[in-house]
Amino acid sequence: MTSVADWAEPNPVTENRSGVIGKGVDRYEGALKVSGTAPYAYDTVAPSPPAIGVLVTASIPRGRVTSVDVAAAEAAPGVQLVWSHLNAPKQAPRGARANPRSQRASNPALASDRVEYFGQTIAFVVADTFENARAAADLVKVEYAPEPAVVDFLASFDQATLPPDEEDVHIGDFPGAYGAAPVTIDETYFSPLQNHVQMEPCATVAWWEGDKVTVHTSIQMVKGGQHALAETLAIPSTDVHLLTRYIGGGFGGKGQPYDDLILSALAARALGRPVKVAYTRQQMFHGTIHRPAVSMRVRLGAEPNGRLTAFAVEAVTHCARAATFTEHAANFSRNLYAAPNRLTGHRLVRMDLPHAGPMRAPGEAPGMLSLECAMDELAEKLGLDPIELRIRNEPDIDPETGKPFSIRQLVRCMTEGAQRFGWERRNPVPGQVRDGRWMVGMGMAAAIRGNFLLPAKAGVRIDADGTITLRQGMTDIGTGTYTILAQITAETMGVPLSQVKVEIGDSDFPPAPGSGGQFGAATAGSAAFEAGMNLRRALTELAVGDPNSPLYGGPAEYVTFENGVIAIENRSETLAALVARAAPDGVYVEGSIAPAADARDYSQHTYGAHFAEVGVNMVTGEVRMRKMFGVFAAGRILNAKTAKSQITGGMIWGVGTALTESNAVDPRFGSFVAQDMAEYLAPVHADIVDLDAMFLDEADDKANPMGIKGVGELGIAGAGAAIANAIYNATGVRLRDYPMTPDKVLAGLMAKGL
Amino acid sequence: MRPFTYERATDAQAAVKAVAENPGARFLAGGTNLLDLMKLEIEAPTHLVDVGRLPFAGIEETDEGGLRIGGAMTNARLAAHPKVRERYPVLTRAILAGASGQLRNKATTAGNLLQRTRCDYFYDTTKPCNKRQPGSGCSALGGPTGYGAIFGASEACIATHTSDMAVAMTALDASVETMTPDGGVRTIKVEALHLLPEATPQVETQLAAGELITAVVLPPPPLGGQAYAKVRDRASYAHGLAMVAVAGGRVAFGAVAHKPWRAAQAEAALAAGASPAEAAAAEMAGADADDRRTHKIALVRRLAAATIEDAGSAR
Repeated sequence: MTSVADWAEPNPVTENRSGVIGKGVDRYEGALKVSGTAPYAYDTVAPSPPAIGVLVTASIPRGRVTSVDVAAAEAAPGVQLVWSHLNAPKQAPRGARANPRSQRASNPALASDRVEYFGQTIAFVVADTFENARAAADLVKVEYAPEPAVVDFLASFDQATLPPDEEDVHIGDFPGAYGAAPVTIDETYFSPLQNHVQMEPCATVAWWEGDKVTVHTSIQMVKGGQHALAETLAIPSTDVHLLTRYIGGGFGGKGQPYDDLILSALAARALGRPVKVAYTRQQMFHGTIHRPAVSMRVRLGAEPNGRLTAFAVEAVTHCARAATFTEHAANFSRNLYAAPNRLTGHRLVRMDLPHAGPMRAPGEAPGMLSLECAMDELAEKLGLDPIELRIRNEPDIDPETGKPFSIRQLVRCMTEGAQRFGWERRNPVPGQVRDGRWMVGMGMAAAIRGNFLLPAKAGVRIDADGTITLRQGMTDIGTGTYTILAQITAETMGVPLSQVKVEIGDSDFPPAPGSGGQFGAATAGSAAFEAGMNLRRALTELAVGDPNSPLYGGPAEYVTFENGVIAIENRSETLAALVARAAPDGVYVEGSIAPAADARDYSQHTYGAHFAEVGVNMVTGEVRMRKMFGVFAAGRILNAKTAKSQITGGMIWGVGTALTESNAVDPRFGSFVAQDMAEYLAPVHADIVDLDAMFLDEADDKANPMGIKGVGELGIAGAGAAIANAIYNATGVRLRDYPMTPDKVLAGLMAKGL
Repeated sequence: MRPFTYERATDAQAAVKAVAENPGARFLAGGTNLLDLMKLEIEAPTHLVDVGRLPFAGIEETDEGGLRIGGAMTNARLAAHPKVRERYPVLTRAILAGASGQLRNKATTAGNLLQRTRCDYFYDTTKPCNKRQPGSGCSALGGPTGYGAIFGASEACIATHTSDMAVAMTALDASVETMTPDGGVRTIKVEALHLLPEATPQVETQLAAGELITAVVLPPPPLGGQAYAKVRDRASYAHGLAMVAVAGGRVAFGAVAHKPWRAAQAEAALAAGASPAEAAAAEMAGADADDRRTHKIALVRRLAAATIEDAGSAR
């Protein structure tokens, strides 16, 4: 097995001779996207005109469907089928896994009369047009036998239990040390239920050819979608061809398949014609996953000099009864600050709400909103600068596991950020700085997010014209995956970017785990790199073994690849010439990557520091951003432009987290109040002012052969806490209930007599 | 969406007749509100009469020294008009505080006034709502959010009218001119156009079926300063939590009632020499809300005092 030591050797990517690694090159698919010609799933042109399916969803949170009257819907113009649990095709039971290696189990739609959450699909209508399908869907009349439902999280803490297979982590003697600490903080923070609000709703176009189904869908994990559909339909996964080439935002919400995938495939089979199905904007809120609310209690005990002696982060969160998911909001805190006595853990309330699941840095995003404010509160109590407090608690080794860090530049992120942001302008006494009716303040927070590598493969071929094509069952959810795969391939092969093609999002291609958890670039990229290295070996062999090549006879160890030319010192030819002559059908090889055997011997994370300046309107309590800046250490950066776009995108979600994003559960109905993007308030352009970020030079040689890490989640981790701390610095009002909307801020101002 | 027929009106009187005589017919202008509601089947007209291309898109001076704004003029053009910017800055500011650039390019003056009131439960067709289904009940009452009326609400409805433009027009003492089905012309003050919900929240204006707003008439600008302020959860593209328009001695609030709310008590207090804070308090003495909306009373009071003050210094 590989060891991290094997990755320390220089290689084409780390040497970066052409300089394309790290360069802010334009997005590979950018022109297609901005011109509206990138075919997203719903845009896919099927072999024949598709019928259109529309979902009918439940309007109660729990109970049974007692009757479904489909007569009017079936008689409506253009209607081709109407399904409910009474007549839907048989599917494998939920959770079934006929093939134990399937990455996802069966996920049937319309499987029974049970209603488990508001917005669950309970019927399905297919018609010749979208308009007819939607009109007919409205004619399906459903009756229910409702049952009592638990939907009020804050009123249900008595039902909280340990998540499955999980124990609290105790290190040292937290209660003793906390009780003895001269300075303590004990506060509870609340992060509300949030929705992903991807621009592109879930959508699938499906058609069959014999026993094989082709689906164009919008999903972050190619294999997960392929396997789920195969398991649900009880067919071999080789009979499912899944494509997901362009994805209009995932944010974790498209890590799993939904009913559009299953029902389009079933209906296409039943009707013998292509069928396409998309969720409506309203259906996305309940029918797909959300981030659950989290209540977090933080207790800190410190010496007067700021050294933490006791440290506890405990999170209570919720999930659906039938779909276990834990928002691991305390996990990040296990690796962040030194403290000898520690307690971290989670509790889970199972409720009758739609399914909770991963969303934009699951764990860190809500979790850091607690500890990173508690540290601010502790700093003030101790009379220390918040950065200094963090530096005094900087660990030498991982504070929980005792393992060495692969590399840790958190302190540099904070100090470099402070300098560039102008942290010295901050008045440590809150409520002192005014600009007309605006109270102005600054805050900071640390960022941390784990890094890991998953197994992946990639295939690369070179054709007789010298074009190099990378193929991988990977996805690009808008992050820049296409682009960085092209850069890695170009640099590995020593060819210009214009000579590289990237084809991803296809289940026929060598598998990669997809996009999520900021493992995508490192995982898919490392496999692409390994494939490229294998192609170099194959082409070297081809050249030195070909009597017609100037490289004939070697020595192979001196072969170089640069500018599309393969050479041994002054003997050279173009790759195109070599392939056209010696392998006119092209050369195709694959490569793979897997975690190193000793990868877990290191504590490996990405880090950052957020700085925010806000104005708080003294009259209205409105909070507006004035400036936001972040410094991040995330391994070697592959593309300055896409990485910065991704990390500042995360920071913008942090603005949403701190100021606007929340969906209220109406306990009378078990449903979410906001069901469109006018009511669910994600930040808009006008909310974002003077936003910038930078990356520290870094290469983590314990991470993978290229020393890269991910930036997908890091930008949001801690961002909202920096804003909350800035609100406190501006006003002296400490809010612990996110988001910090004008009503809450104003109540705080008024309580202070302002 | 239910099937419907569509005609593009070329003659105003014929358009009025077409809608007046067909209970399922509705006027269509910019469509920025109606089409959304049709997709959700909250509105289900059987026939649309498109009045967006009738010759009511201009702006002209009135003999009295005011402006007559065509009902079909877009919000974007109205806000940008030099005469409006110069003489009625409160109106320009109000319009630009509303919706988004794309919506303002489509939305019309008359359509903006006639947008439906805003409420999450009006849009959620799985819930009871007296506006959608009279008699079914009000789901917003007792709901978990703090949006809703603090003036003139009823047990049947606590929805608010959230047009920014209408608040400024109310403060400017504007009137609408309509064409009535009998061929007449009617003039209605903007502040009287919309109704309080009482027991029939589904009836939002005093317009008769088929009555078409052809223009909004602004009287000459009042003496004194003008100011507009809007509080919202994010910096753009959000319904107001509260709006205040001040034009001379006139004051109007938005997002506090089923209609743009003329703050008559505040005006009377100002006329009697009260301070901005006293005037605001005088109006808010008449506000009423349940626990979830009490914060709005303080918010509007503070916003009104500050905006009256700003108008004074803008004089």
